[in-house]
Amino acid sequence: MLKKLLVANRGEIAVRVIRAAKDLGIKTVAVHSAADATSLHVLLADEAVNIGPPAAKKSYLNIDAIIEAAKSTGCDSIHPGYGFLAENASFSDAVTASGLIFVGPSGDAIRLMGDKVSARSAAAAAGVPVVPGSAGRVEGIDAARHILIDTGFPVMIKAAAGGGGRGIRIANNLAEFEQAFPQAEAEALAAFGDGGLYMEKVIGKARHIEVQVLADGKNAIHCYERECSLQRRRQKVWEEAPSRALSDELREELCGSAVALAKAVGYSGAGTVEYLYDDEANRFYFIEMNTRIQVEHPVTEAITGIDLVAEMLRIAGGEPLRIRQKDVSVRGHAIEVRINAEDPSKDFAPFPGTVGDLRLPGGPGVRFDSMLYPGYQVPPFYDSLLAKLIVHGETREAAITRLVRALGELKIDGMKTTKPLFLALAADPSVQAGDVHTRWLEGWLNDNAAKLAD
Amino acid sequence: MAQILSPLPGTFYRSPSPGQPAYKNDGDSVAVGDVIGLIEVMKSFHEVKSEVAGSNIRFSADNEEPVMAGAPLADLD
Repeated sequence: MLKKLLVANRGEIAVRVIRAAKDLGIKTVAVHSAADATSLHVLLADEAVNIGPPAAKKSYLNIDAIIEAAKSTGCDSIHPGYGFLAENASFSDAVTASGLIFVGPSGDAIRLMGDKVSARSAAAAAGVPVVPGSAGRVEGIDAARHILIDTGFPVMIKAAAGGGGRGIRIANNLAEFEQAFPQAEAEALAAFGDGGLYMEKVIGKARHIEVQVLADGKNAIHCYERECSLQRRRQKVWEEAPSRALSDELREELCGSAVALAKAVGYSGAGTVEYLYDDEANRFYFIEMNTRIQVEHPVTEAITGIDLVAEMLRIAGGEPLRIRQKDVSVRGHAIEVRINAEDPSKDFAPFPGTVGDLRLPGGPGVRFDSMLYPGYQVPPFYDSLLAKLIVHGETREAAITRLVRALGELKIDGMKTTKPLFLALAADPSVQAGDVHTRWLEGWLNDNAAKLAD
Repeated sequence: MAQILSPLPGTFYRSPSPGQPAYKNDGDSVAVGDVIGLIEVMKSFHEVKSEVAGSNIRFSADNEEPVMAGAPLADLD
């Protein structure tokens, strides 16, 4: 078992990891920037080290300063949380090279899954369905026409050297394709100095469904799925488990494929395999694997009763995976909403401020993971996530009713937050019916902005 | 003599993205509405537009400096 853990993060996830460590009798060291000296994670940890100025680049992303802090305080391990250095393969390597334990997968596993092409190949090799398309670069229009047999229309043509949505064309039929492909080639060459192209099937209305896995390098299990289709600008805002879209048969198939992938790559720790799920075709496609604990992990904890962060710490400490697949079962339904310091009535403008009176929700089936306390000054330098409200009920309907009850109890004076968004969503018939897809929320926001004033 | 103050708390940037030229260099003239920098607040970026006109701008805040709302960013003649 680990003896002393440095938590290389801030905010609610640092608090979450410190709590799990303390529950296991592990000593904790917080690191913080100059702007976070009074943050809750600093106040809760056994020790704290200032690792630099407010800018994340100079503090929470400073690998040398973090490893030095771990060594000077006598830690044997480092948990990266999510974001910052959590999926930085060099960080995992550096921690290991300095004789400390990285609570997460090896640098090689992070590298393999971090690269889109190698992750796709690994998934395909493990028998996990991937979005139909080219396995790598497409060489010439003749080869491209063959790939259309798999993809059908519409098909996306992407510049291999592009990124962030640049260099993408969509063809809806063969005529458009014959025109678009050479154009895309010429454009990619002009824009990036590299005419290489990829092709991928366009999945129209899809749900985002992801599978939680736990693995110890030899063995792997899944803890069922989460659905996170309600997204704004590709950021999840509302996550739930289980997904109402899956049949039991498809659920077993989907979750089984995630375990196959984790085993195939010798994965260790907690990870999430993300998929797009096409409701109409009843088919799922691998998108990527996240090699860290995720923001929305508590919904899985609520329905399975497993403490995922504690299991990560046990595995990192050298214990074999102690939960067997047949012991993992789902009870009820859980929903998490992200309470962000943003004003939803003003296009989600960030709202750093000082917390005044604070009333937290509680009672049966309610969990509130947060770094808030009265008088806490929310710094402007980091992510806007203030808290996660997680509710658990016997059914999805009961969970939504409980969500509304808990949001009603929540009062964060002095701050604008996304609470009004969730009250409005909980009252929406499509959300109540679970009839949503990944682009649903942005359309809804265009029509419902008026409902979001505090 | 006028001052340009930060409208928001956050991190101040002199140029639109790393490696690109600064919006304004010391000594430049500034018209009302000119962008003189960016403030990053909780991972979102906001342009700082001057509400005053003047000449010979002199920055008092450095690139990537953390600033509070109302902090002086630059002086103008």
